[in-house]
Amino acid sequence: MSKPFSAALKTVAIACLGALGLAGAAQAQISGDVIRIGFITDLSGVYSDIDGQGGIEAIKMAIADAGGSIAGKKIELVTADHQNKPDVAASKAREWFDTAGVDILIAGTNSGTNLAMSKVAAEKHKIMISVGGGTSALTNEQCTPTTIHWAYDTTALAKGTGGAVTKAGGKTWYFLQADYAFGAALESDTARVVEANGGKVLGVVKHPLSASDFSSFLLQAQASKAQILGLANAGGDTINAIKAANEFGITKSMKLAGLLMFIQDVHSLGLKTTQGMYLTDSWYWNKTPETRAWGRRYFDIMKKMPGSLQAGDYSAVANYLAAVKATGTDDTDKVLAKMKASKVNDVFAKDGWIRGDGSMIHDMYLMQVKTPEASKEPWDYYNVVETIKGEAAWTTKAESKCAAWK
Amino acid sequence: MTEIFGVPVQALLGQLMLGLVNGSFYAMLSLGLAVIFGLLGVVNFAHGAMYMLGAYVAWLGLDGVDLTHVQVGSQVLNLGIQFHFNFWTALLVGPLVVGLVGVVVEKLLLKRLYKLDPLYGLLLTFGLALIVQGVFLQFYGSSGQSYDTPEALSGAINLGFMILPKYRGFVIVASLVVCFGTWFLIERTRLGALLRAGTENPSLVQAFGVNVPLMVTLTYAGGAALAGLAGVLAAPVIQVTPLMGSNLIIVVFAVVVIGGMGSIIGSIVTGLVLGVLEGLTRVFYPEASNVVVFFIMAIVLMIRPAGLFGKEK
Amino acid sequence: MSWLGNGTQRAGKIVWILALAFLLAAPFVGVYPIFVAQALCFAIFAIAFNLLLGYTGLLSFGHAAFFGGAAYVTAWLLQAQHLTPELALVGGVLAAAGAGVVIGAIAIRRQGIYFAMVTLALAYMLSFFFLEAPFTGGENGLQGIERGKLFGLISLENDLALYYFVLAVFVAVFLFVLRVVHSPYGQVLKAIRENEPRAISLGYNVDRYKLLAFVLSASLAGLGGALKVLVLHLATLQDVRWEQSGEVILMTLLGGLGTFAGPVVGAFTVVGLQNYLSDRAGSWTGVIIGCIFVLCVVAFRKGIVGELLAWQQRRAAAARRHD
Repeated sequence: MSKPFSAALKTVAIACLGALGLAGAAQAQISGDVIRIGFITDLSGVYSDIDGQGGIEAIKMAIADAGGSIAGKKIELVTADHQNKPDVAASKAREWFDTAGVDILIAGTNSGTNLAMSKVAAEKHKIMISVGGGTSALTNEQCTPTTIHWAYDTTALAKGTGGAVTKAGGKTWYFLQADYAFGAALESDTARVVEANGGKVLGVVKHPLSASDFSSFLLQAQASKAQILGLANAGGDTINAIKAANEFGITKSMKLAGLLMFIQDVHSLGLKTTQGMYLTDSWYWNKTPETRAWGRRYFDIMKKMPGSLQAGDYSAVANYLAAVKATGTDDTDKVLAKMKASKVNDVFAKDGWIRGDGSMIHDMYLMQVKTPEASKEPWDYYNVVETIKGEAAWTTKAESKCAAWK
Repeated sequence: MTEIFGVPVQALLGQLMLGLVNGSFYAMLSLGLAVIFGLLGVVNFAHGAMYMLGAYVAWLGLDGVDLTHVQVGSQVLNLGIQFHFNFWTALLVGPLVVGLVGVVVEKLLLKRLYKLDPLYGLLLTFGLALIVQGVFLQFYGSSGQSYDTPEALSGAINLGFMILPKYRGFVIVASLVVCFGTWFLIERTRLGALLRAGTENPSLVQAFGVNVPLMVTLTYAGGAALAGLAGVLAAPVIQVTPLMGSNLIIVVFAVVVIGGMGSIIGSIVTGLVLGVLEGLTRVFYPEASNVVVFFIMAIVLMIRPAGLFGKEK
Repeated sequence: MSWLGNGTQRAGKIVWILALAFLLAAPFVGVYPIFVAQALCFAIFAIAFNLLLGYTGLLSFGHAAFFGGAAYVTAWLLQAQHLTPELALVGGVLAAAGAGVVIGAIAIRRQGIYFAMVTLALAYMLSFFFLEAPFTGGENGLQGIERGKLFGLISLENDLALYYFVLAVFVAVFLFVLRVVHSPYGQVLKAIRENEPRAISLGYNVDRYKLLAFVLSASLAGLGGALKVLVLHLATLQDVRWEQSGEVILMTLLGGLGTFAGPVVGAFTVVGLQNYLSDRAGSWTGVIIGCIFVLCVVAFRKGIVGELLAWQQRRAAAARRHD
C-alpha cells in the first residue's frame, strides 16, 4: 500500500473520531421560534435523589400545565447531568446559551455548580433560577441581576431551625460540621441566629467530607452536654451521622437538628431513626389539599413523593412561563421585570415575591419528624411546628452584600 | 479527671475503642487486597465495589426480593423467585455472591492480563468499579438504604469509660477471627503453601499436577469474598449506598501499602493501628482525619520502602 | 511524489498539517470554540501525562494535583492579584513545577506500583491543602475569573481570541514535547522505560533523568490546568480530585500510550463523550466511561492511534511481501 493512501486513511480516521468527539459541540444555531428551558443538575451522584430525575419530571409537569406552547411557540426542555463538576455545568450552560438557543437556565443541586452557572448566565444576560443550590452567596456577595434563588438558602435554613428551635427552649448547641465552605456557612449562619435568640454554642467539631464513620465526632458532641446537636452537613454525611447518633444513644440526651435535610433523606433512614428531629424546609407535600394533589400527580410518575426541590423546579418554571405568556416575549429584561413584579401563588408558595437581590421570598416551615406510630401513610413524615413568615427567613437588606440591590 | 493535651482520659479511651472498630474494617478490607496483590500481583481497584456489593446483598436479603411476577415490557413473567434472609445468613450469602462475581471477573477479564504490566490489571478493575457503582446508582439512588442492626446485637454495653454499642464490639471480634483465620490459612496450611508456590512459579507447580489456574481464580474470588464480608458487617453501621466503596478504597490502599503490599500480617496489624491513629486524629485535628493515613504512608515509604512488613520483590 | 515516499514520518506530518488546518478553521465551520479550547487544555494535560507514562514508563496517580493546583494558583493570581493572563499562566506553571520537584523527589525513589501509590498519597495530601486553604474558596472554588488582557493588549474575553491563544499554546507544547522526545534526553528516557538496570549500568544517572521528566510533565500538566481557568472562568476542587487523575489515564490509554496523536485523540474523545453524553445519557455517563475503560484494557490496549499505526504497519508489511 502506498504512503499517501495510508496517510489519507489516517486522516479520515482521525477526522471521523474528531467529528465524533466534536459532535456534541456542533449544535443547531439559535431558533427563535422555540422557548427552550435548560436544566442542569446532579443526575447520578450524591445529590441525585433530592432533585435529579424527579426535578426533570416536575419541570415537564409545569410545561404540560402551561399547555406545551405559548402563543404558537413550542416549549422545549433540555437537560444535562453536571456530575457535581462545576466545569461541566459551566461549559454546558455556556454552550447552550451560545449555540442551542436556550432562553432560561434552571439550576439544580450543588452550590459550586450553581455559582458557576450564575456567572455564565449573567455574562450571557440570560435568566438563571437556582432551585437546588443552597449557598446564600448566590443572592449575597455573588449576586447578579439575572439570578433568582427560588427555594431555599443557608440563611433561611439557619433562621428557621436555629431561631425556632432556640426560641422553643433548645438553648445550648453543639455543631457537627462538614469541613467545606457550605458546612461552614451553615454553621456560622445558624450560630449567629442561635446567639441572637439567647442561645449558646458550646462547640464545633469539623469532619472531613464523606467521612464514613461519625462515632468519634459524636462522642465529642455528647461530651459537651449540649441540648441540641446541629448537623451542618448534607446528603450522605447527614444520614450517616444520624444513624450513628441513634446507635450510640446520643438521641436520648440530645435533640438532633438537621440543618439541611430533605424528605428523601428521612425516607432512606426511616422514621425509627429520625423521629423527633427538627428541620427546616420550604415545602411539604402533605400540608394542604393542593399540595397533596400535586404530590400524588408526581407520585404517579416517579413512584416516590416529591420533596421541596422538585416542587421548587415546577414552580420556578411555571412562573417563568406565566411571565413569558403575559409579556408575549422571551426577552430577558422584559420577562425578569414581569416576574419581579408578580406574586408567586402556586402549589409551592403563597404570596411569594422576588426581591431586589434575587431571592424569592416565601414562607419556610420548621418541621419535626413524626414517630412511626403517628405516621398514617407512606411518606407521612412531618408535623409542621412553625411557619417562618416571608422576609423573616431571609437575609435582611442591612446584612446583604449584594451590589445589585442597593 | 486527668487530661492528656486537654482531652479527658476517658474520652480518649473511648476514641481509641472506636478507632479499633474502624481499624477492624480496614484490616479486613486490606487483607483481601493484600491477598490479591500478594498472590496475583493485581491491584484490585474494584475492591471497594465488592465491599459495596456485599452490603447490598445483605440489604436485599433483609428487604426481601420478590421476583414472583416480573414485568418485562407488556409481558408478565412468572418466575416464582422469592427470598428473604436475615443478617446471620447474609454473613454467608454475601461473601458467596461476591466471590462468585470475583470468579466471573477473573475468568472473563483478568486472566488475559497476567502477562502484561500490572498497570492494566489496575486499570481494568478501576473501570469495573466505575461500572458497578454507576449501575447501582441508577437503580438505588445516592441516598442509600438503611440496614437495621440484628436484634441479638442491638443495644450497648457500658464499659465504664464509654458506652459501646454491642454491634461494634461484635465487629471487632468477627474481624479478628476472620483475619486470623485467613492468615492461618495462607501462612500455615498446605493449601496456603500451594497457593503461594503456585503464584511464584506457576509452571513448576502445575507440573506437579496442581490446577494452578483454578487456584488463581479461587484466590481472587477469596479476596473478593473478604471484601463482601466486610460489606455485610458494615451494613448496620453505615448507610448502604453505591458510593460507600469509593469513599474507602484509597484509604485501604494506603493501609496495604504501609503494611507492605504482599504481607498478610502487615495489612492486619497496619489496619488496626491506623484505625486507632485515625481515631486519635479525630480528637486532636478532626479535619485532617481523612489525610493522616496518607501522611503516614508517605513517611513509611521514605523510610521503609517495602512497607512495614513487606519484602521488596 | 517522492517527498511523500520518505517513511511514515512524512505521512504523519501530512496528518498533522491537516488536523491543524481543521483546528484553525474550526470556529468558522460551526464547531463551538469553547468546547475545542477545553478539549485542548485536557489534550495538553494528556500529552504531559503521556510524556511520563508512555515515554518514561512511570505511572503517576496524582497528576491531577498539578493540573488543579496550577489552576488554583492561576485563578488566584488573576482574581486577587490582578495579573495579566500570561503572567498568571507562568505563575501557575511555576507552582506546578515546584510541586513536581517536591513530589517527584519523594516518589522517584520507588518503582512501579509503589511509585504510583506514593504519587497518589502525596497528591491526596496536596488536594487536602487546597480544600483547607482559605484562598481556594473550598467547595465553591474560585468563580467568575476574568480572563483579562493578554500582554495588557488583547482582551481574551472575546471567545475567538481566547480560542486562538489556547490553540497557539497547544501547538507550542506539542512541538516542545516532540523536540524533547526526539532529543538525546528523550532517547535516554526511552532506554529507562525499556530496561532501567541496563541504563544504570551504562552509567546514566537514572534518578535525575526521571526527576526531570517528572517535573516537565508536572509543569505541562499545570499549564493545561491554568489554561482551563482562562477558558471556563473557574477553578474548583474537581480539578485536584484523584478521579481527575484517573480520567487523564483513560484519555492517554484510549488514545494510545506512547504515541503522539494518542493523548490528543484520547482527550478529545473523552471530553467530547462527556459533553455529548451529559445531556443525552444523563446519569449513565459514568457507566459508559467505565465500559470504555474496560474495553480499552481488555481488547484495545494500543488505543485508537496505536491500533491505527499497527494496522497500517501490517498493511505495509503485506504490501512489501507482494512486491
